Amino acid sequence: MTAPGSTTAETVVLDPTGERHPSQRQLLERPSSLEGATIGLLDISKARGDVFLDRLEEHLVARGLRVERFRKPTFTKPAPIDLRHEISTKCDVVIEALAD
Amino acid sequence: MSDGLVAVVKRDCPTCTLVAPVLADLAARLEGTGRSLTVFTQDDPDFPAGVAPVDDTDLDVSYRLDIETVPTLLQVQAGAESGRIVGWARDEWQDFTGCDDLGEDLPEYRPGCGSLTLDPGRADELAVRFHGSRLRSRRVTLAALEDEMEALFDRGWTDGLPVVPPTPVRVLRMLEGTTRAPDEVVAVVPPDLAECTVEKVAINAVLAGCRPEYLPVVLAAVEAACTDEFNMHGLLATTYFSGPVVMVNGPITRAIGMNSGINALGQGNRANATIGRALQLTIRNVGGGVPGGVDRAALGNPGKYTFCFAEDESGSPWEPLSVERGFGPEASTVTLFAGEGPRGVVDQLSREPDSLARSLAAGLRSIAHPKLALVFDAVLVISPEHARVFREAGWDKARLRQEFDDLLALDGSEIVRGAGGIAEGMPDFLAGTTVPKFRDGGLLIVHAGGGAGLFSSVIGGWMSGSGGSQPITWEVQP
Repeated sequence: MTAPGSTTAETVVLDPTGERHPSQRQLLERPSSLEGATIGLLDISKARGDVFLDRLEEHLVARGLRVERFRKPTFTKPAPIDLRHEISTKCDVVIEALAD
Repeated sequence: MSDGLVAVVKRDCPTCTLVAPVLADLAARLEGTGRSLTVFTQDDPDFPAGVAPVDDTDLDVSYRLDIETVPTLLQVQAGAESGRIVGWARDEWQDFTGCDDLGEDLPEYRPGCGSLTLDPGRADELAVRFHGSRLRSRRVTLAALEDEMEALFDRGWTDGLPVVPPTPVRVLRMLEGTTRAPDEVVAVVPPDLAECTVEKVAINAVLAGCRPEYLPVVLAAVEAACTDEFNMHGLLATTYFSGPVVMVNGPITRAIGMNSGINALGQGNRANATIGRALQLTIRNVGGGVPGGVDRAALGNPGKYTFCFAEDESGSPWEPLSVERGFGPEASTVTLFAGEGPRGVVDQLSREPDSLARSLAAGLRSIAHPKLALVFDAVLVISPEHARVFREAGWDKARLRQEFDDLLALDGSEIVRGAGGIAEGMPDFLAGTTVPKFRDGGLLIVHAGGGAGLFSSVIGGWMSGSGGSQPITWEVQP
């Protein structure tokens, strides 16, 4: 799973609000159950993070859950906005692997 | 910029191609004289040959020099421009350069071409590059995979209908509609009491679909809405139906093509539709006035999307609303009224003014409740066919108002609580007195509508007086 690297198609708009709140949307509540959820596994591109996520995927799939894999281009920078958007549209829950 | 001659050209221009040898000749003649020629090229870095052109394909220099035509030849002295000529005119070039025999073999005159800085696609991009820093609002990046219309809904910036994405290009274009500085604070918008700049109003005007020339009207409407007298906060917070109704008077209504005729209170005219909407979006987005939040209306009304129209002044038998409210006939104004939806008063039979006045008064009496008085203001929108009856009878507005005063002086005993078997009504102590339906100044009369139809309209107000909302008229500044 790759995120489009290009930033040229992004649209910049000006905030029409009084700017009293952060423009980022707030975190959702943690779900009480994973039943029926699509789970995103996000590899941040740090060494051996994939090993951890492969194992998690085995466990989750064994429980009958749907899993989608994603990978950040580099762990040194925030995930590109298109990747974040893709994850948000495909998944209910995300597990991000930190590793070294 | 160093002193000497400066030329700006592009290969795509036949006149530039024609003068290319002249520029090369000029460069050669100036060599060793201490004078210089610098040629900037807009499209092809190798054009023209023989003059070591400077690449200006990013149009940085062309934009700063405000080049409109190519070729342009400038004289720079002491770091500042001292003169310029455009296109090719042999005599002019010879005079300007001091070279008497320059371009002798060329035709006498050829007009230039448009500078690339004016290209439709490039001009907007250049405006953002050079003036984008004027914009102070937070920039929000939408993902390439995000549908931009959906993205604006997701962020809560719309009234339920799609909005136009407020890109920096569009906002800069909108700001061209006013002479006011983008960072000027025009209002403190309730309920959050957020300071609102011209720029924030412009952004919301883009969202609403306004053209730049509407912006001064939107600004005036926002200023008027946010006054203490109009009380936008209370108007939002009330459980009553009402929202801001914008009535526009004066020359600007014709300049921007507002509708005061057929379907004046309805859909279909961009200025009417988007000005009212821009006001409401500003209150929503800048002020934070959101239904279910501070907006507690039990039912609301469809006019809360937008409710804005112009008075038909030229067809009216009477002075315009703005003049009645103290402004000159040449002033452009907005009058804001805290109104519910309009409804009709039918009278297809009255040909005499007394009879028609009674019909209209009956319609006005029913505002809010036939047994409630003094609390609710109203607007009467008289249509041309009804106005004609008064015109032909020689009734001026004052005469009609006088008639309404008499017709709407209610018998207190009939409107107190419980009277007529209806619990709703006025306090008991008013029994035996006469109670006017409207407070002094609580009835506004405007003229609008299509030429056919013996119908007028009444727009009921919200709680009037100092605790509620007072109609307010505000002059539109350019």
